[in-house]
Amino acid sequence: MSLFAESPRGPVAHGAADATGMPALVLFASMIGYGSMAREAGLTLWTSIASTGLVWGLPGQIAMVELYALGAPVIAVMVAASAANARFLPMVLSVMPLFNETPTRRGWHYAVAQFMSLNPWAAMMRDGPRMNPAYRTPYFAGFAGVCITAALIGTAAGFLMAGALPRHVTLSLVFLNPLFFTLVFVSTRDRGQILAVLAGIAAGPLFHLVSADWGLILTGAVAGTGAYFIDRQIRRRDD
Amino acid sequence: MTDATLWAIVLLSGAATYIWRALGVAIAGKVSPDSETFRLFACIAYAMLAGLIARMVVLPEGILAESPLSFRLIAVGLSVAVFFAAKRNLPLGVAVGLATFALLTTLWG
Repeated sequence: MSLFAESPRGPVAHGAADATGMPALVLFASMIGYGSMAREAGLTLWTSIASTGLVWGLPGQIAMVELYALGAPVIAVMVAASAANARFLPMVLSVMPLFNETPTRRGWHYAVAQFMSLNPWAAMMRDGPRMNPAYRTPYFAGFAGVCITAALIGTAAGFLMAGALPRHVTLSLVFLNPLFFTLVFVSTRDRGQILAVLAGIAAGPLFHLVSADWGLILTGAVAGTGAYFIDRQIRRRDD
Repeated sequence: MTDATLWAIVLLSGAATYIWRALGVAIAGKVSPDSETFRLFACIAYAMLAGLIARMVVLPEGILAESPLSFRLIAVGLSVAVFFAAKRNLPLGVAVGLATFALLTTLWG
Protein backbone atom coordinates (compact mmCIF):
# COMPACT_ATOMS: atom_id res chain seq x y z
CA MET A 1 0.00 0.00 0.00
CA SER A 2 1.25 3.46 -0.85
CA LEU A 3 1.79 5.97 1.90
CA PHE A 4 -0.86 8.64 2.43
CA ALA A 5 0.27 11.79 0.59
CA GLU A 6 0.76 14.49 3.22
CA SER A 7 -0.25 18.07 2.59
CA PRO A 8 2.41 20.80 2.80
CA ARG A 9 -0.16 22.90 4.67
CA GLY A 10 -0.17 20.43 7.55
CA PRO A 11 -2.50 17.72 8.83
CA VAL A 12 -5.25 19.94 10.33
CA ALA A 13 -5.72 21.90 7.10
CA HIS A 14 -5.51 18.63 5.14
CA GLY A 15 -8.29 17.00 7.15
CA ALA A 16 -10.40 20.14 6.95
CA ALA A 17 -9.92 20.32 3.17
CA ASP A 18 -10.91 16.65 2.73
CA ALA A 19 -14.11 17.20 4.74
CA THR A 20 -15.01 20.34 2.81
CA GLY A 21 -17.10 19.21 -0.13
CA MET A 22 -19.28 16.13 -0.19
CA PRO A 23 -19.10 15.20 3.54
CA ALA A 24 -19.80 18.73 4.80
CA LEU A 25 -22.49 19.30 2.17
CA VAL A 26 -24.35 16.09 2.99
CA LEU A 27 -24.17 16.79 6.72
CA PHE A 28 -25.37 20.33 6.22
CA ALA A 29 -28.33 19.11 4.18
CA SER A 30 -29.38 16.35 6.58
CA MET A 31 -29.07 18.70 9.56
CA ILE A 32 -31.41 21.14 7.78
CA GLY A 33 -33.92 18.30 7.87
CA TYR A 34 -33.13 17.66 11.52
CA GLY A 35 -33.38 21.35 12.50
CA SER A 36 -36.85 21.73 11.04
CA MET A 37 -37.90 18.44 12.63
CA ALA A 38 -36.62 19.64 16.03
CA ARG A 39 -38.60 22.88 15.72
CA GLU A 40 -41.80 21.01 14.85
CA ALA A 41 -41.23 18.80 17.90
CA GLY A 42 -41.06 21.86 20.16
CA LEU A 43 -37.32 22.31 20.76
CA THR A 44 -35.89 25.84 20.96
CA LEU A 45 -33.20 27.12 18.59
CA TRP A 46 -30.43 26.71 21.16
CA THR A 47 -31.48 23.28 22.40
CA SER A 48 -31.65 22.14 18.76
CA ILE A 49 -28.12 23.38 18.09
CA ALA A 50 -26.86 21.96 21.41
CA SER A 51 -28.39 18.55 20.63
CA THR A 52 -26.39 18.34 17.39
CA GLY A 53 -23.18 19.34 19.15
CA LEU A 54 -23.60 17.21 22.27
CA VAL A 55 -25.39 14.06 21.06
CA TRP A 56 -23.59 14.20 17.67
CA GLY A 57 -25.29 11.18 16.15
CA LEU A 58 -28.35 11.69 13.97
CA PRO A 59 -30.28 8.47 14.79
CA GLY A 60 -30.03 9.29 18.51
CA GLN A 61 -31.04 12.90 17.92
CA ILE A 62 -34.08 11.81 15.90
CA ALA A 63 -35.11 9.30 18.60
CA MET A 64 -34.71 12.05 21.23
CA VAL A 65 -36.81 14.57 19.32
CA GLU A 66 -39.55 12.08 18.44
CA LEU A 67 -39.97 10.82 22.00
CA TYR A 68 -39.87 14.35 23.38
CA ALA A 69 -42.69 15.33 21.02
CA LEU A 70 -44.70 12.38 22.32
CA GLY A 71 -44.22 13.65 25.87
CA ALA A 72 -42.20 10.65 27.07
CA PRO A 73 -40.42 10.85 30.46
CA VAL A 74 -36.87 12.27 30.46
CA ILE A 75 -35.30 8.90 31.35
CA ALA A 76 -37.10 7.14 28.49
CA VAL A 77 -35.91 9.78 26.02
CA MET A 78 -32.35 9.43 27.25
CA VAL A 79 -32.37 5.62 26.99
CA ALA A 80 -33.87 5.69 23.47
CA ALA A 81 -31.32 8.26 22.26
CA SER A 82 -28.49 6.20 23.69
CA ALA A 83 -29.79 2.91 22.23
CA ALA A 84 -30.13 4.48 18.78
CA ASN A 85 -26.49 5.56 19.00
CA ALA A 86 -25.07 2.25 20.27
CA ARG A 87 -23.16 1.99 16.98
CA PHE A 88 -20.54 4.32 18.49
CA LEU A 89 -19.17 1.44 20.56
CA PRO A 90 -18.03 -0.73 17.60
CA MET A 91 -17.11 2.42 15.65
CA VAL A 92 -14.78 3.78 18.33
CA LEU A 93 -13.47 0.28 19.09
CA SER A 94 -12.51 -0.40 15.50
CA VAL A 95 -10.88 2.97 14.80
CA MET A 96 -9.06 3.35 18.13
CA PRO A 97 -5.99 1.17 17.29
CA LEU A 98 -5.08 3.86 14.74
CA PHE A 99 -5.03 6.46 17.51
CA ASN A 100 -3.34 4.21 20.07
CA GLU A 101 -0.25 4.18 17.82
CA THR A 102 -0.04 7.98 17.85
CA PRO A 103 2.18 10.03 20.19
CA THR A 104 -0.97 11.83 21.48
CA ARG A 105 -1.68 11.28 25.18
CA ARG A 106 -4.42 8.73 25.83
CA GLY A 107 -6.64 11.25 27.61
CA TRP A 108 -7.13 12.97 24.26
CA HIS A 109 -8.70 9.84 22.82
CA TYR A 110 -11.75 10.53 24.96
CA ALA A 111 -12.07 13.84 23.12
CA VAL A 112 -11.54 12.11 19.77
CA ALA A 113 -14.39 9.74 20.68
CA GLN A 114 -16.81 12.62 21.30
CA PHE A 115 -16.16 14.04 17.82
CA MET A 116 -16.34 10.65 16.09
CA SER A 117 -19.10 10.38 13.50
CA LEU A 118 -19.72 8.52 10.25
CA ASN A 119 -17.74 10.79 7.91
CA PRO A 120 -14.45 11.09 9.81
CA TRP A 121 -14.77 7.43 10.85
CA ALA A 122 -15.05 6.24 7.25
CA ALA A 123 -12.14 8.52 6.27
CA MET A 124 -9.92 7.21 9.09
CA MET A 125 -10.79 3.56 8.42
CA ARG A 126 -9.94 4.07 4.73
CA ASP A 127 -6.87 6.34 4.88
CA GLY A 128 -5.72 6.15 8.53
CA PRO A 129 -3.64 2.95 8.19
CA ARG A 130 -1.55 4.56 5.42
CA MET A 131 -0.96 7.75 7.46
CA ASN A 132 2.10 8.49 9.52
CA PRO A 133 0.81 7.95 13.11
CA ALA A 134 1.68 11.52 14.16
CA TYR A 135 -0.46 12.80 11.27
CA ARG A 136 -3.66 10.99 12.32
CA THR A 137 -4.99 12.94 15.33
CA PRO A 138 -4.56 16.43 13.83
CA TYR A 139 -5.93 15.23 10.48
CA PHE A 140 -8.97 13.84 12.29
CA ALA A 141 -9.38 17.10 14.25
CA GLY A 142 -9.49 19.12 11.03
CA PHE A 143 -11.87 16.68 9.36
CA ALA A 144 -14.26 16.37 12.30
CA GLY A 145 -14.08 20.13 12.99
CA VAL A 146 -15.43 20.96 9.53
CA CYS A 147 -18.11 18.26 9.86
CA ILE A 148 -19.42 19.54 13.19
CA THR A 149 -19.33 23.16 12.01
CA ALA A 150 -21.36 22.30 8.90
CA ALA A 151 -23.79 20.31 11.05
CA LEU A 152 -24.30 23.12 13.58
CA ILE A 153 -24.93 25.69 10.84
CA GLY A 154 -27.27 23.23 9.10
CA THR A 155 -29.24 22.66 12.31
CA ALA A 156 -29.68 26.40 12.86
CA ALA A 157 -30.62 26.97 9.20
CA GLY A 158 -33.13 24.12 9.29
CA PHE A 159 -34.69 25.44 12.48
CA LEU A 160 -35.01 28.97 11.09
CA MET A 161 -36.31 27.81 7.70
CA ALA A 162 -38.76 25.24 9.07
CA GLY A 163 -42.01 25.42 7.16
CA ALA A 164 -40.50 27.81 4.58
CA LEU A 165 -39.08 25.08 2.34
CA PRO A 166 -41.41 23.17 0.01
CA ARG A 167 -42.10 19.65 1.29
CA HIS A 168 -40.40 17.85 -1.59
CA VAL A 169 -37.23 19.92 -1.15
CA THR A 170 -36.98 18.93 2.52
CA LEU A 171 -37.66 15.34 1.45
CA SER A 172 -34.75 15.36 -1.00
CA LEU A 173 -32.43 16.99 1.55
CA VAL A 174 -33.21 14.25 4.07
CA PHE A 175 -32.77 11.55 1.39
CA LEU A 176 -29.25 12.81 0.65
CA ASN A 177 -27.98 11.28 3.90
CA PRO A 178 -28.77 7.56 3.29
CA LEU A 179 -27.97 8.00 -0.42
CA PHE A 180 -24.49 9.37 0.21
CA PHE A 181 -23.60 6.82 2.87
CA THR A 182 -24.82 3.94 0.71
CA LEU A 183 -22.13 4.92 -1.80
CA VAL A 184 -19.51 5.41 0.93
CA PHE A 185 -20.21 1.91 2.24
CA VAL A 186 -20.48 0.01 -1.04
CA SER A 187 -17.09 1.41 -2.03
CA THR A 188 -15.28 -0.45 0.77
CA ARG A 189 -12.38 -2.48 -0.63
CA ASP A 190 -11.47 -4.88 2.18
CA ARG A 191 -13.09 -8.31 1.70
CA GLY A 192 -14.20 -8.73 5.33
CA GLN A 193 -15.71 -5.26 5.34
CA ILE A 194 -17.48 -5.86 2.00
CA LEU A 195 -19.01 -9.04 3.42
CA ALA A 196 -20.06 -7.17 6.56
CA VAL A 197 -21.68 -4.38 4.52
CA LEU A 198 -23.62 -6.85 2.35
CA ALA A 199 -24.76 -8.87 5.36
CA GLY A 200 -25.70 -5.66 7.17
CA ILE A 201 -27.77 -4.39 4.24
CA ALA A 202 -29.75 -7.64 4.24
CA ALA A 203 -30.07 -7.94 8.01
CA GLY A 204 -30.70 -4.29 8.96
CA PRO A 205 -34.28 -3.89 7.72
CA LEU A 206 -35.11 -7.51 8.59
CA PHE A 207 -34.01 -7.28 12.22
CA HIS A 208 -35.65 -3.85 12.50
CA LEU A 209 -38.97 -5.59 11.78
CA VAL A 210 -38.21 -8.15 14.48
CA SER A 211 -37.36 -5.48 17.06
CA ALA A 212 -37.15 -1.72 16.44
CA ASP A 213 -35.16 -1.30 19.67
CA TRP A 214 -32.64 -4.13 19.34
CA GLY A 215 -32.61 -4.56 15.55
CA LEU A 216 -29.46 -2.55 15.00
CA ILE A 217 -27.47 -4.20 17.77
CA LEU A 218 -28.59 -7.62 16.51
CA THR A 219 -27.53 -6.67 12.99
CA GLY A 220 -24.03 -5.82 14.18
CA ALA A 221 -23.73 -8.93 16.31
CA VAL A 222 -25.10 -11.43 13.78
CA ALA A 223 -24.17 -9.98 10.38
CA GLY A 224 -20.85 -8.54 11.55
CA THR A 225 -19.66 -11.64 13.37
CA GLY A 226 -20.86 -13.86 10.50
CA ALA A 227 -18.97 -11.77 7.95
CA TYR A 228 -15.84 -11.90 10.10
CA PHE A 229 -15.85 -15.70 10.34
CA ILE A 230 -16.55 -16.19 6.63
CA ASP A 231 -13.69 -13.84 5.81
CA ARG A 232 -11.39 -15.69 8.24
CA GLN A 233 -12.33 -19.03 6.66
CA ILE A 234 -11.41 -17.67 3.22
CA ARG A 235 -8.13 -16.23 4.51
CA ARG A 236 -7.15 -19.53 6.10
CA ARG A 237 -8.00 -21.47 2.96
CA ASP A 238 -5.87 -19.07 0.89
CA ASP A 239 -2.84 -19.39 3.20
CA MET B 1 -42.56 21.41 29.21
CA THR B 2 -40.13 24.00 30.45
CA ASP B 3 -36.84 25.06 28.99
CA ALA B 4 -35.03 23.35 31.88
CA THR B 5 -36.58 20.00 30.96
CA LEU B 6 -35.45 20.46 27.36
CA TRP B 7 -31.90 21.21 28.42
CA ALA B 8 -31.94 18.21 30.76
CA ILE B 9 -33.06 15.97 27.89
CA VAL B 10 -30.36 17.28 25.55
CA LEU B 11 -27.57 17.02 28.14
CA LEU B 12 -28.61 13.56 29.32
CA SER B 13 -29.00 12.24 25.76
CA GLY B 14 -25.52 13.56 24.97
CA ALA B 15 -24.07 11.97 28.10
CA ALA B 16 -25.86 8.67 27.47
CA THR B 17 -24.49 8.56 23.91
CA TYR B 18 -21.03 9.42 25.21
CA ILE B 19 -21.05 6.28 27.38
CA TRP B 20 -20.72 4.15 24.19
CA ARG B 21 -17.88 6.31 22.93
CA ALA B 22 -15.95 6.26 26.22
CA LEU B 23 -16.51 2.52 26.54
CA GLY B 24 -14.95 2.11 23.10
CA VAL B 25 -11.80 4.02 24.13
CA ALA B 26 -11.53 2.13 27.44
CA ILE B 27 -11.98 -1.35 25.92
CA ALA B 28 -9.68 -0.61 22.96
CA GLY B 29 -6.95 0.25 25.47
CA LYS B 30 -7.36 -3.08 27.28
CA VAL B 31 -7.59 -5.44 24.32
CA SER B 32 -4.22 -6.57 22.97
CA PRO B 33 -3.81 -4.82 19.66
CA ASP B 34 -3.62 -8.05 17.63
CA SER B 35 -5.28 -7.48 14.31
CA GLU B 36 -7.83 -10.34 14.61
CA THR B 37 -9.87 -8.81 17.44
CA PHE B 38 -9.98 -5.48 15.75
CA ARG B 39 -10.92 -7.07 12.42
CA LEU B 40 -13.94 -8.48 14.23
CA PHE B 41 -14.80 -5.05 15.70
CA ALA B 42 -14.51 -3.49 12.24
CA CYS B 43 -16.84 -6.11 10.73
CA ILE B 44 -19.42 -5.45 13.47
CA ALA B 45 -19.18 -1.68 12.90
CA TYR B 46 -19.51 -1.98 9.12
CA ALA B 47 -22.48 -4.38 9.43
CA MET B 48 -24.26 -2.12 11.93
CA LEU B 49 -23.76 1.01 9.86
CA ALA B 50 -24.75 -0.65 6.59
CA GLY B 51 -27.80 -2.07 8.37
CA LEU B 52 -28.69 1.38 9.68
CA ILE B 53 -28.45 2.97 6.24
CA ALA B 54 -30.40 0.14 4.58
CA ARG B 55 -33.08 0.57 7.22
CA MET B 56 -33.22 4.33 6.50
CA VAL B 57 -33.81 3.55 2.81
CA VAL B 58 -36.23 0.61 3.18
CA LEU B 59 -38.05 1.44 6.43
CA PRO B 60 -37.48 5.16 7.07
CA GLU B 61 -38.89 7.14 9.96
CA GLY B 62 -40.09 10.73 9.83
CA ILE B 63 -40.53 12.68 6.62
CA LEU B 64 -38.85 10.09 4.33
CA ALA B 65 -41.67 7.65 5.13
CA GLU B 66 -43.91 9.92 3.04
CA SER B 67 -42.11 8.90 -0.17
CA PRO B 68 -42.91 5.58 -1.90
CA LEU B 69 -40.43 2.74 -1.33
CA SER B 70 -40.06 2.26 -5.09
CA PHE B 71 -38.77 5.84 -5.54
CA ARG B 72 -36.14 5.35 -2.87
CA LEU B 73 -35.00 2.00 -4.27
CA ILE B 74 -34.85 3.24 -7.87
CA ALA B 75 -32.83 6.32 -6.83
CA VAL B 76 -30.36 4.34 -4.70
CA GLY B 77 -30.05 1.57 -7.32
CA LEU B 78 -29.35 4.01 -10.15
CA SER B 79 -26.93 5.94 -7.94
CA VAL B 80 -24.90 2.80 -7.12
CA ALA B 81 -24.88 1.70 -10.78
CA VAL B 82 -23.63 5.09 -12.02
CA PHE B 83 -21.11 5.28 -9.17
CA PHE B 84 -19.43 2.01 -10.21
CA ALA B 85 -19.84 2.61 -13.95
CA ALA B 86 -18.05 5.95 -13.56
CA LYS B 87 -15.09 4.37 -11.69
CA ARG B 88 -16.38 5.18 -8.20
CA ASN B 89 -17.23 8.81 -8.90
CA LEU B 90 -18.88 9.84 -5.62
CA PRO B 91 -20.22 13.31 -6.55
CA LEU B 92 -21.64 11.95 -9.82
CA GLY B 93 -23.29 9.00 -8.06
CA VAL B 94 -24.85 11.27 -5.42
CA ALA B 95 -26.00 13.80 -8.05
CA VAL B 96 -27.70 11.12 -10.17
CA GLY B 97 -29.41 9.52 -7.17
CA LEU B 98 -30.58 12.85 -5.79
CA ALA B 99 -31.84 14.10 -9.18
CA THR B 100 -33.72 10.83 -9.73
CA PHE B 101 -35.35 11.01 -6.32
CA ALA B 102 -36.21 14.73 -6.64
CA LEU B 103 -37.68 14.18 -10.10
CA LEU B 104 -39.78 11.19 -9.04
CA THR B 105 -41.14 12.87 -5.91
CA THR B 106 -41.82 16.17 -7.68
CA LEU B 107 -43.64 14.52 -10.59
CA TRP B 108 -45.54 11.80 -8.76
CA GLY B 109 -45.00 12.45 -5.04
